[in-house]
Amino acid sequence: MTTEPDSSADDAGPRGTASATDPTPAQLVTTSKAKIGAADLIFKNLTRTAGIGLLVLIAAIALFLVLRATDALSANTGNFFGTQEWFPNQTPPKFGVAATLFGTIVTAAIAMIIAVPVAVGIALFITVYAPRQLASVLGYVVDLLAAVPSVVYGLWGLIVLAPHMKGTQLWLNDVLGWIPLFSADAVGRSFLVAGVVLAIMILPIVAALSREVFLQVPNAHREAALALGATRWEMIRTAVLPYGRPGVISASMLGLGRAMGETIAVALVLPASFKISVHWLEPAGNTIAANVANGWGEANEIGRGALIASGLVLFIVTMVVNMIARAIVARRRDFSGSSA
Amino acid sequence: MATRIDVNGLTAYYGKFKAVADVNLTIEPKNVTAFIGPSGCGKSTVLRTLNRMHEVLPNARVEGEVLLDGEDLYGPGMDPVNVRRTVGMVFQRPNPFPTMSIRENVIAGLKLNGVRNKALLDERVEESLRGANLWEEVKDRLNRPGAGLSGGQQQRLCIARAIAVEPQVLLMDEPCSALDPISTLAIEDLITKLKSSFTIVIVTHNMQQASRVSDSTAFFSLEKTGDPGRLVEFDKTSKIFSNPTEKRTEDYVSGRFG
Repeated sequence: MTTEPDSSADDAGPRGTASATDPTPAQLVTTSKAKIGAADLIFKNLTRTAGIGLLVLIAAIALFLVLRATDALSANTGNFFGTQEWFPNQTPPKFGVAATLFGTIVTAAIAMIIAVPVAVGIALFITVYAPRQLASVLGYVVDLLAAVPSVVYGLWGLIVLAPHMKGTQLWLNDVLGWIPLFSADAVGRSFLVAGVVLAIMILPIVAALSREVFLQVPNAHREAALALGATRWEMIRTAVLPYGRPGVISASMLGLGRAMGETIAVALVLPASFKISVHWLEPAGNTIAANVANGWGEANEIGRGALIASGLVLFIVTMVVNMIARAIVARRRDFSGSSA
Repeated sequence: MATRIDVNGLTAYYGKFKAVADVNLTIEPKNVTAFIGPSGCGKSTVLRTLNRMHEVLPNARVEGEVLLDGEDLYGPGMDPVNVRRTVGMVFQRPNPFPTMSIRENVIAGLKLNGVRNKALLDERVEESLRGANLWEEVKDRLNRPGAGLSGGQQQRLCIARAIAVEPQVLLMDEPCSALDPISTLAIEDLITKLKSSFTIVIVTHNMQQASRVSDSTAFFSLEKTGDPGRLVEFDKTSKIFSNPTEKRTEDYVSGRFG
């Protein structure tokens, strides 16, 4: 940021003297002020409207959620954040987001743990290792994964993946069963299966964005590392990954947002039980988004309010996660490479 | 520790395009050798073959041999990674790692070599920055980003980074072309100083620079666009600039061509 722009004035030798006779930008503006002024004004207002409109939209969504949720929340006889059960349609209603929020965070976390390293690996392979033709084919295939509708992923998870992961889950239980997370009385449509489905769903977005970020790494930095005697992997570690770090974090956050908000695929895979389960191989659990999809149709007035309240919680959690990510990116802004 | 380089019958390609053909020259140890010539004559390409950076570009390849104290850089079993640790390089644009502090930039190469001893690293940071005439300017802000320095300071930081790994040869690809005259002067002073420890090869478009800093000069040229570049004349700098053997060299250094 504090860099003088002299590096861009590279071959300014002869041009530097020539520009003295050229009209300066200020002169240009004055000669055709009216025309540029109008275009400028329109563009300025257009972008300002778009920017403010977005803020208004977010505020309106939050307001809508709060307004529609208040009746249900005041009728609730349970603790909204502490209660695991979800009985908003009975009288008196008793419900809470503890179980679904827990499920949302666990499935999204599993998805991130699996998807981010794989996606970064794919992106590195495509940008650094793969021969050009293979790279473009592979990039296309990854993008194609993003085009598969989520209901297809959900059905695939339910019908194909869940039965096929039975062996894997039993094996995990055998080997790592001494850890509570991997101990299970029975395995099946578990948090793990849902997490794997979500991982596959967010993989393309994280991989595609990371790939774009890695392609932005200036060749000068790669060559600088190689000229110091770096191997290809050392070059990645020295030049590519640090430079791409903010972008990979942003990409991961987009993926996380999708994983936490994903509805239909999770609704199909998880058995929709309202219980905080630390046994991630057992068929149990639910997420906020899946619960909304499952419960909306049969919900009465209070029930819908309750679902909206849970939606508000998801909204806030997603925002907080994004803010944390932004803070992480901003922490080393001086070192981000934007100043180079 | 400075090293003599013999280039024998070197031809470099980009894919099917022959960029430079049949170069033969000998670079003396602890000398500054300048490569001059018009754009596209292959001088930077030849420079990049001296530490096997040429082949980093897709489809680029080299024929012929480059002997570093008699050992062929392109011989079987020669690892380009090791070559580059012996033959350091400074690029046209200052390219400090933007994500690293000044200190981290200097020791980036040492870290790659597995040096972890903090005392040793601190010592080398100071030594290298002093070597690059940068220490006094940055000693109080070693943990600030390297990219926050001015262009001339960044280039000296890159030189510090290159000499920190104690190479035997230092290649410089138009190191001053992105710098103002004062920074250029600082780099030229530095080159003269570094000559006592390293064999230096510098590509430059600036003929005054070549005549100021170098002991020997190689003039490259090409007949016409599309032809490979060739080494026209290689001799003592004083001879190249006062009494060259070839007519084309004389035309170029006197400004009648290129």
